[in-house]
Amino acid sequence: MQGTVDPNKAALNYHNEEVVAPAHEEHPDLRLFGLLVFLGAESMIFLGLFVAYLTFRAVYPSWPPEGTPERELVLPAINTVILIASSFIIHNADTAIKKNDVKGLRTWFSITAIMGAVFLMGQLYEYSKLEFGLTTNLYASTFYVLTGFHGLHVFLGVCLILAVLWRAQKAGHYSDHDHFGVEAAELYWHFVDVVWIVLFILLYLL
Amino acid sequence: MTTQAEMQIAPSAHAHAERKWWHYFTFCEDHKVIGLQYLVTAFFFYAIGGALATAIRTELATPASDFVTPDTYNSLLTLHGTIMIFLWIIPAGAGLANYLIPLMIGARDMAFPKMNAMAFWMVPPSGIALVLSFFLESPQAGWTSYPPLSLMTGKVGEGIWIFSLLVAGTSSILGAINFLVTILKMRVPSMTIHQMPLFCWSMLATAGLILVGTPVLAGALILLAFDLLAGTSFFNPTGGGDPIVYQHMFWFYSHPAVYIMVLPLFGAISEILPVHARKPIFGYKAIAYSSLVISFLGLIVWAHHMFTSGTPAWLRMFFMITTMIIAVPTGIKVFGWLATIWGGKISFNSAMLFAMGFIAVFVIGGITGVMLAAVPFDIHVHDTYFVVAHLHYVLFGGSVFGIYAAIYHWFPKMTGRMVNETLGQIHFVLTFIGMNLTFMPMHELGLLGMNRRIAFYDARFTTLNQVATVGAYILAVSTVPFLINAVWSWVKGAKAVDNPWNALTLEWQTSSPPAIENFEVLPVLMTGPYDYGEHHSENGALPPSAEPVLTGSSSGS
Amino acid sequence: MKIPSNILTMLAGILLTLVSIWYGKNHGLMPVQASSDAALVDGLFDTMMIISTAIFLLVWGVLIICLLKFRRQPGDETDGPAIEGNIPLEIVWTAIPVVIVLVLGVYSFDVYNSMGGFDPDAAGDPGVQVAMASEDGTAMSLMDAAPKKAHHNHMALGIGASPQNIGSPPDLTVNVLGMQYAWIYTYPDLGITTGELHVPANKNVRLNLKSQDVIHAFWLPEFRIKQDTIPGMESELRFTPTRVGDYPIVCAELCGAYHGGMASRLYVQAPEDYDKWVQEQMPAPESDSQTAADLEKLMAAPTGEKRSDADYLVPVAHQMGLDAQTLDHLHHTMPMPSDALKQVSANLATPAA
Ligand code: HEA
Ligand code: HEA
Ligand code: CUA
Ligand SMILES: [Cu+2]
Repeated sequence: MQGTVDPNKAALNYHNEEVVAPAHEEHPDLRLFGLLVFLGAESMIFLGLFVAYLTFRAVYPSWPPEGTPERELVLPAINTVILIASSFIIHNADTAIKKNDVKGLRTWFSITAIMGAVFLMGQLYEYSKLEFGLTTNLYASTFYVLTGFHGLHVFLGVCLILAVLWRAQKAGHYSDHDHFGVEAAELYWHFVDVVWIVLFILLYLL
Repeated sequence: MTTQAEMQIAPSAHAHAERKWWHYFTFCEDHKVIGLQYLVTAFFFYAIGGALATAIRTELATPASDFVTPDTYNSLLTLHGTIMIFLWIIPAGAGLANYLIPLMIGARDMAFPKMNAMAFWMVPPSGIALVLSFFLESPQAGWTSYPPLSLMTGKVGEGIWIFSLLVAGTSSILGAINFLVTILKMRVPSMTIHQMPLFCWSMLATAGLILVGTPVLAGALILLAFDLLAGTSFFNPTGGGDPIVYQHMFWFYSHPAVYIMVLPLFGAISEILPVHARKPIFGYKAIAYSSLVISFLGLIVWAHHMFTSGTPAWLRMFFMITTMIIAVPTGIKVFGWLATIWGGKISFNSAMLFAMGFIAVFVIGGITGVMLAAVPFDIHVHDTYFVVAHLHYVLFGGSVFGIYAAIYHWFPKMTGRMVNETLGQIHFVLTFIGMNLTFMPMHELGLLGMNRRIAFYDARFTTLNQVATVGAYILAVSTVPFLINAVWSWVKGAKAVDNPWNALTLEWQTSSPPAIENFEVLPVLMTGPYDYGEHHSENGALPPSAEPVLTGSSSGS
Repeated sequence: MKIPSNILTMLAGILLTLVSIWYGKNHGLMPVQASSDAALVDGLFDTMMIISTAIFLLVWGVLIICLLKFRRQPGDETDGPAIEGNIPLEIVWTAIPVVIVLVLGVYSFDVYNSMGGFDPDAAGDPGVQVAMASEDGTAMSLMDAAPKKAHHNHMALGIGASPQNIGSPPDLTVNVLGMQYAWIYTYPDLGITTGELHVPANKNVRLNLKSQDVIHAFWLPEFRIKQDTIPGMESELRFTPTRVGDYPIVCAELCGAYHGGMASRLYVQAPEDYDKWVQEQMPAPESDSQTAADLEKLMAAPTGEKRSDADYLVPVAHQMGLDAQTLDHLHHTMPMPSDALKQVSANLATPAA
């Protein structure tokens, strides 16, 4: 079998050349690709929850159910603006580190983290002002669980950003050609942001 | 980054290091260790799940409820179903995938070894929690755990059940990310996607299903947990919730899950048949693509589990037709396999027997599946023993036979030892007889009117049930020769050469067992994975003494 | 050489077809047919059995021939022929299942339609949901947490009137309430509440299915029909019994520990017998209020709480119209693990209890 390779097969990309690859070649960095796949899976959780929400909504004759206390829109709208803006802010960090500007990275990441924290506080404040609780009715439950689950993701995003900030203290940890952590945190942040936009439309505007 | 740099500096230090037995009990990042960890752990849970099954059958040996109380019976069947699915078949598939994918595509390891180890180490806690729940307060609502019943059978047991599934599901997702990225990005440069072994194709399809389906189950479980523990009522009609939404979310995952459980074994069978029949696989591309088609169709058929539930008529029809169509890609595989062995020179060793047994019994389960898809018929047999028969024909006849075939086939590679053929064949014969004896009568039981998940039944069903119980005992006994064989051969079996089956896929071109980083130098493809026959038949099969062109280093010796 | 093997193949094919058809028609696996729906479903099942037997014989035949004929001879180290595929053959074996599956799909559709699966009243058609909801509000009283009106849109499900009956009301309507672990039947037009279902033969019957606590499934094996009863939803089964006799009624959906015991019987009676039964059951004034009170008590019991075996059965036994003797009888045909039933029969036997 060896040595008697069918020429047709060889034409079909069946190589027979000498080994050229080094003994322990480095495989390309796949972490970003892996993270994308992971985020794909994560978005399926949200998709599942969204569809469940839409079903509940569709099955109920009136939504929110009659007698559910009103909710205000101003605070959540401000919160939304903050979160969306933070997505633009964090992108500056990416630009900065690509120019090897670690200080810029730190600045922009810090601002993003603060904006994320403000968003979370806003969310908590809204919870405290609401006149319904988790178990008041189905509407209330979906509201708290969906926003809460998203809030958890925002919290994780803030933690990621803080982790990057922590590591960025060490000179040379991130550079223009090696900054996976920065990219990962940014990507995750964008993901959280996009989910929020959908959530905001579903919960507040629809 | 640093680890990769290290690898470059001191490759041989790693490659020639020896694998110690205690590595298997640690957080080890070697995909081969992880693969075996998965397989052994899964088998451990199989024994537990099987013991529960034996208890179930003992209870059902008589019409009266005399062996356990009905409560206990319900926890037996719940834990049996859950353990078999989430802690035996799915982890075993992940184990095979972990072991084989990097070897088959000529990679040194998975794309993310650390995450891989993490994924494995989530399995034991999840399983142990489930097993422990049996002694605290066990879940009793079936492996499907439909609310509102599941909200009423006890908070602790149901809570543990949800926790276990969330952990097992996370493990499954992390594993799938690895499989997908590894297969797509880490093949040796000379391997195009169409030269990839079929096992990798089927794992690609499986990983896709896991990534799309499992998160939705997680969503359902989170909502269920809120209902259970926080008093919300997403699925609880008493508070205005909708139990049907749970069923949709559950089956959106759990139907694909059945293909998650069988596709890896479809892949394994596609590897095993050509090797032992000495013929190329028949219709490589058809078999490869049919995996993808199955996995796509698998995502749009879930409501066939809900034909008598809250599913409107037109939806019943839609899901009927999509479900039936799955017979087509699966048929392509089955006929391809039959054509592969037809006219071959078949060695009937244990691996091959189980592989052919797989086809034989899986087809029965597949056909009853298509019957179940027919709505008017399913209305009659839904939630009866006919469904139980179907699910065991595909799960036991399909997945378990496939796992056994794979273990026998790759045992020499994994352990460096040959299995004992006599014991293997006894194992096969007992399993084959026991399996059909246990599950064949269940078809008739279901058609005649025996519903499932009952601890006591009408006396007119006694005879058939007793046949099934005898079969189940034979099945329990059949595992003994396997266990003896596996343990004894692992320790004392005849030493295996690198390529005992003269197979062509890359995992056989390295030492048995492979060195820590699999290959001394990365292999370069010289033939396709299944190029048996023709161009080397003139001078005989691969001469065992031929200078190995594709090699790894020998390890441990 | 060539011709005989062709003939052999042909003979094998004919044999396979004949065996399949014979088995498909003579499998004897189904219980008796007690309605016209049953005959329809069995027709579908027989067809599927023919096809299945053929596929089964084909696949097992090939495997057995391989087992016998294509063994590797000891010492033979050569490979088999390098056949990597055959496009026409692959097209054939893709096309045949496609055809089979489409035929089965169309056939099933037709059977389902004839059974009444598409009756808009029962098919979950959104158009009628609202009308149904306002027609009957009793199901909603169970859902005290949500305001009555703001509850679910209504969605009736199940098997409705067959095409020739669509639009015409059934001859008899019975409300069926599933609860752990009993079925309770009320005849709204007659004021009867009982634990066994009696229907006159050859009359069109409609069952309105509801559930009190968890999901149950109402299954009539001899009628080949089944429908889940889902709390908060309403479903229906409509059928015409054609065969006098008594048949098991089975709860098919896991509903708790005594799910296996949640069974009762359907009596299909000749019209005279049925009328006689109705006369016997017609509630005397005082026992009527008694029944109503008991039922109320039962409904009021919190569903989530654990109740003991006897608790489950005592209140129900009265509604089921079970006397001590029936319970005793039940005890023998449907063995129960605990002595729950015995206890209940004892309670019933001593009027003081
Ligand atoms: C490995 C697991 C596995 C696999 C592979 C399958 C495969 C299939 N299953 Fe099964 N199924 C289960 C596991 C599995 N199932 C389980 C666990 C349940 C019960 C869950 C529960 O309620 O607890 C279940 C239940 C279940 C139901 C619901 C029954 C009910 O509850 O009422 C249905 C209904 O449509 C169904 C259909 C099918 C179909 C059509 C296939 C098809 O994929 C089969 C395709 C294969 C073939 C058809 C054979 C090969 C093909 C040929 C030889 C070609 C020619 C054939 C024809 C033209 C027919 N399955
Ligand atoms: C991969 C999945 C899988 C496997 C392999 C099995 C294997 C078996 N199953 Fe199970 N089964 C399910 C998945 C599986 N099952 C599912 C999903 C359900 C539905 C649950 C639900 O309704 O929620 C179910 C339900 C189910 C029922 C129906 C319960 C009911 O509805 O009331 C029955 C009844 O007979 C049964 C029996 C068996 C038997 C006898 C085996 C045997 O094949 C087992 C043989 C194996 C062993 C016995 C273990 C190995 C033996 C040893 C290690 C030796 C030591 C053992 C002893 C000392 C006993 N199973
Ligand atoms: Cu009611 Cu099972
Ligand atoms: Cu399914």
